[in-house]
Amino acid sequence: MAAYILRRLVTAALILLGVSFITFVLLYVLPADPVRQIAGRSATPETVESIRRQLGLDQPLVVQYGNYLWNLLQGDLGRSYLQKTEVATLITARLPATLLLMVAAIFCELVIGLTLGVIAALYRGRALDNVLMLSSFVTVSAPQFVVALLLLYVFSVQLGWFPIGGYGTFSHLVLPAVTLGILGSGWYARIMRSSMLDVLRADFIRTARAKGLGRGRIILGHAIPNAILPVIAMIGIDIGMFMSGIVVVESVFGWPGIGQLAWQAIQRVDIPIIMGVTLISALAIVIGNLIADLISPLIDPRIKLH
Amino acid sequence: MTQPALSAADDVVLRVQDLQVSARSDQGLIPLVEGLSFDLRRGETLAIAGESGSGKSITSLAVMGLLPAPAVRVTGGSIRLGGTELTRLPEKKLQSLRGARISMIFQEPMTALNPVMSIGRQLTEAIRAHDPVPMREARARALAALQAVRLSQPERRLEQFPHELSGGMRQRVMIAMAIALRPDVLIADEPTTALDVTVQREVLDLIRDLQRDLGTAVILITHDMGVVAEMADRVIVMKKGRVVETALTPELFEAPREAYTRELLAAVPRIGGGPARPDLPATPERLVSFQDVSVRFPIRAGLLGRVAARVHAVEHVSVEIFKGETLSLVGESGCGKSTMARALVGLVPHEGRIEVAGTALSELDSTGRKALRRDLQIVFQDPMAALDARMTVGELIREPLVIHGIGTPDAQRARVRDLLDRVGLPASAMGRYPHQFSGGQRQRICIARALALKPKLIVCDESVAALDVSIQARVLDLLRDLQREMGMSFLFISHDMAVVENVSDRVAVMYLGQIVEMGSRAQLFGNPQHPYTQRLLAAVPVPDPRRPREALARLAGEIPSPVWPLGQGPDRVQLQDIGGGHLVAR
Repeated sequence: MAAYILRRLVTAALILLGVSFITFVLLYVLPADPVRQIAGRSATPETVESIRRQLGLDQPLVVQYGNYLWNLLQGDLGRSYLQKTEVATLITARLPATLLLMVAAIFCELVIGLTLGVIAALYRGRALDNVLMLSSFVTVSAPQFVVALLLLYVFSVQLGWFPIGGYGTFSHLVLPAVTLGILGSGWYARIMRSSMLDVLRADFIRTARAKGLGRGRIILGHAIPNAILPVIAMIGIDIGMFMSGIVVVESVFGWPGIGQLAWQAIQRVDIPIIMGVTLISALAIVIGNLIADLISPLIDPRIKLH
Repeated sequence: MTQPALSAADDVVLRVQDLQVSARSDQGLIPLVEGLSFDLRRGETLAIAGESGSGKSITSLAVMGLLPAPAVRVTGGSIRLGGTELTRLPEKKLQSLRGARISMIFQEPMTALNPVMSIGRQLTEAIRAHDPVPMREARARALAALQAVRLSQPERRLEQFPHELSGGMRQRVMIAMAIALRPDVLIADEPTTALDVTVQREVLDLIRDLQRDLGTAVILITHDMGVVAEMADRVIVMKKGRVVETALTPELFEAPREAYTRELLAAVPRIGGGPARPDLPATPERLVSFQDVSVRFPIRAGLLGRVAARVHAVEHVSVEIFKGETLSLVGESGCGKSTMARALVGLVPHEGRIEVAGTALSELDSTGRKALRRDLQIVFQDPMAALDARMTVGELIREPLVIHGIGTPDAQRARVRDLLDRVGLPASAMGRYPHQFSGGQRQRICIARALALKPKLIVCDESVAALDVSIQARVLDLLRDLQREMGMSFLFISHDMAVVENVSDRVAVMYLGQIVEMGSRAQLFGNPQHPYTQRLLAAVPVPDPRRPREALARLAGEIPSPVWPLGQGPDRVQLQDIGGGHLVAR
C-alpha cells in the first residue's frame, strides 16, 4: 500500500513536470507580451527593456524554464508581475474557498446525478426515463454562465433566498455549488443509469430475488453498491472538468477562489500566477484520481492496489 | 436409488397443472411452455431434461415467480405449493416464500454471488429476510449451513468475498444459502454444468446427501442425461416448451417411448462408445512438437513492479502431434491445457521449443509467423463471442482469405460457398449475420472460417462444450468427416472425458501444468494408470441408472496453487513408458 502510494506520487511528480513544461512553452509563444502589460502604453522602449531584463524574460526559453524549475523545487512559485506578491501566498489565500466550493459542488453533483441515474434506470424506457435523460443532456451541454445567471435570477433576485454573490456564509455557498452540481450531474446520471442497467441484469440480482429480498433491499443493498464502482473512477476525472468550470462560476458569483485569480491573471498575462494556478489544478487532478483509486478497493474487494 | 413412497396425496409438496408460460412479442404471445403438469413429492428428485429452448429453465423461473415480467409471464394453469396458489400470489407474499420454502441454485456460480458483499453477509441476509433473528444467531446458522455443505474452513469463508473462492466453493455457498432455511422445494438449474467434472461429482453427491438428510424435494434442471441417470427418481423430457415424455428414471433409460427421447439418449457421448478411429500410418509424419515447453506468467509487486512470483501455467511439457491424428488434452480448469494451445499459435510467449513442420516458432520472423498462422487455426468455445456480430457470415468466412491475399474476390466468394456447403449450411447464409443462427450453426461457421485457409492443424478449444448434446454429436461427426477427407490434425482440448474418448487417437492428461499420463485412446481409457486419470474417469456421470455408483473419494482440500515464488517451481513429473508408448508419471 505504502509502495503503491509512493509510486503514484512519483508518477504525479512526472505529470507535474510535463504540465509545467507545456504550459511554460505555450505562454512563451503567446503573442501577448507581459512586459507591455506591466510597463503600460506610454513607457519608453528603454523602460520596457529594463523591465524585461529585470524579470529575466530576455533570456532563452530553456534558461527561463530551468530557473523556474529550480525555484519551484525550492517551493518558490515566483512573484506576480503586477501585484508583486508571492504567487504561493496568493494561491494559499484563495485555495480554501475553491476547495470548499469543490467539495460542495461534487457533493451536489453526486446527489443529483446518482439519484437521477438510479431513477432513470428503474424506469427504463418509460416517459420518466426519457425526460431525465433529456434533461441530463441539457445540463451537460448548457453553458455555465447561463445556468449560473438563471439560478441567480430566480433564487436571488426574484425569491431573495440567497445572496447575489460573495463569500463567507453557508447561504453564499449554495448557488455556486448547486450551479456546478447541476452542470456536472448529467455525466453522473448517464453513467449511473447505464451502470445500474448492467447490474440489474446481473445474475446476483436474480440470486437476491431468489432469496426473497424485497425490491428496496435489492436496489440499495445489491444493485447500487455494484453500480457505483465506475462512478468513483469518474470523480477523479471530473475534478479536471471541474477546474475549467470553476473560472466562470467563481466570476459570476464573485467567489474569491483561484478560478477568479486565474481569470484576472490571464487577462493581464501575469505568467507566474497562470503557471502557479495551472500546477495547482494539475496537482488537484492527480490527487483526486489517487483518492478515487484508494477508495475503490474499500468498496470493491476484488481491486488490489499494487 | 430408493423409490419414494408414492400415492400419498399429502406427500405432494408442489403441484404444477397445465402450466402455460408465454412471451410477449410483436406477433402477439409466443408460448414458451405449454401444458406442463407434474407433482413433486417430499424427498423426491424430479429431473426436467431437455436441450436449449426446451422451456426447462423458464419452468423453474415460473415456479420461483422470477419470470422477467411483463415480457414473459404465466398465461395459464396453476402452480400450487402446499395449499398456496403461486401464479396469482402478490409479489410481497411470493417474497416471503422465496428462499424460505422454495429456493434455487443457478448454473453460473461465478456470477451468482454479489462480488462486493462478504459470503457471511450474503448468507445472513438471506436468513434474516425470512427469520428476523439477531445477527449473532443468523451468523451461527450461516456457519452451520456452510458446514453442512462441507466447505473447508467455514469460519474463514464467512469473512471472504466471492472472488476469493473457486467455482466449486461458490456453488457450495449457493447451496448453503438455498438450504439454510430448510425449504420444501429446491430447484437446481444446471447446478454443475459450469463446474469441472470432479467438482461436479462432489456437488451432486452433496445435493443427494442433503436431500436425504433434510427430506427436501428437488427439481433438477439439466441437459446432461448422465446427471439425470445418477440423480433423478423421475424424469420429464421437454422439447420446445412441451412435455415429450414422463417416466421413472430406470424406465426412461431402458425403454424410452418417444423417438425424441431415444435420439437424445443416443446422442449422449459415452465412454467406450466411441467409433473406431482410422488407422494411422505405421511411421506417422510429425507435424508439431513441443519440446520441454513452459509458460509462466509473472506476478508483479512492490515499488518498482518487480516480478515477485510466477504462475506456472505449463511446466516442461513435451508432446508431439502427428499428421492426420487427433491429440486430446484433458484436465480441469487451470491445468494449462488452453495455455498450451495459445502458446502453439503464438498468443502467449513460451520457453522451450515448439516446432511446426520442422521449424521452431522462436526462429520465425513476422512473415514466417503470418505464413504459420495459415497452417494453424483455432475454433473457440463460445461461437457468439468468436464471431464479429457486425459482419455477415460471408465476410467472416472470407476474411482469412482476404488477410492472406488468396484468390480474386470471385474465387474467394466461391470458396466461401464451398465451405458453407462443407459444414452443412446453405449458401444463403452468406448474407446473414451471426445472431440469426443457432449455437450449433454458429460453431459450424467458426469451423468453416478455420477451414478457409486449408490449415494443417486445427485447435479445438472446448469447441463443443457449449452445445446441446444432439448438436454436439453432429459437430463431432463433422470434424471427423473433415479429418478423413482433408487429413488435417486436431489438437482437441476438452474437460469432457466422454467427448475426448469419441474423437481422439491419443490423449494427454494434464494436471497443474504438467502431463501426468499420455497414451493411445485404448491405453488411457482401457488401462488408466495415474490416480488423477482414474479420478477423472470415475467422476464422469454415466447415463445408466442401473450402474452402481461408486462414491468418489473426496479430496482433502482444493487443487494446489500453480503460483510459485521466484526461483521455485513444482517438482518435475517424470514420465515412464509402461509399454507401447503408454507414458505414466512415476
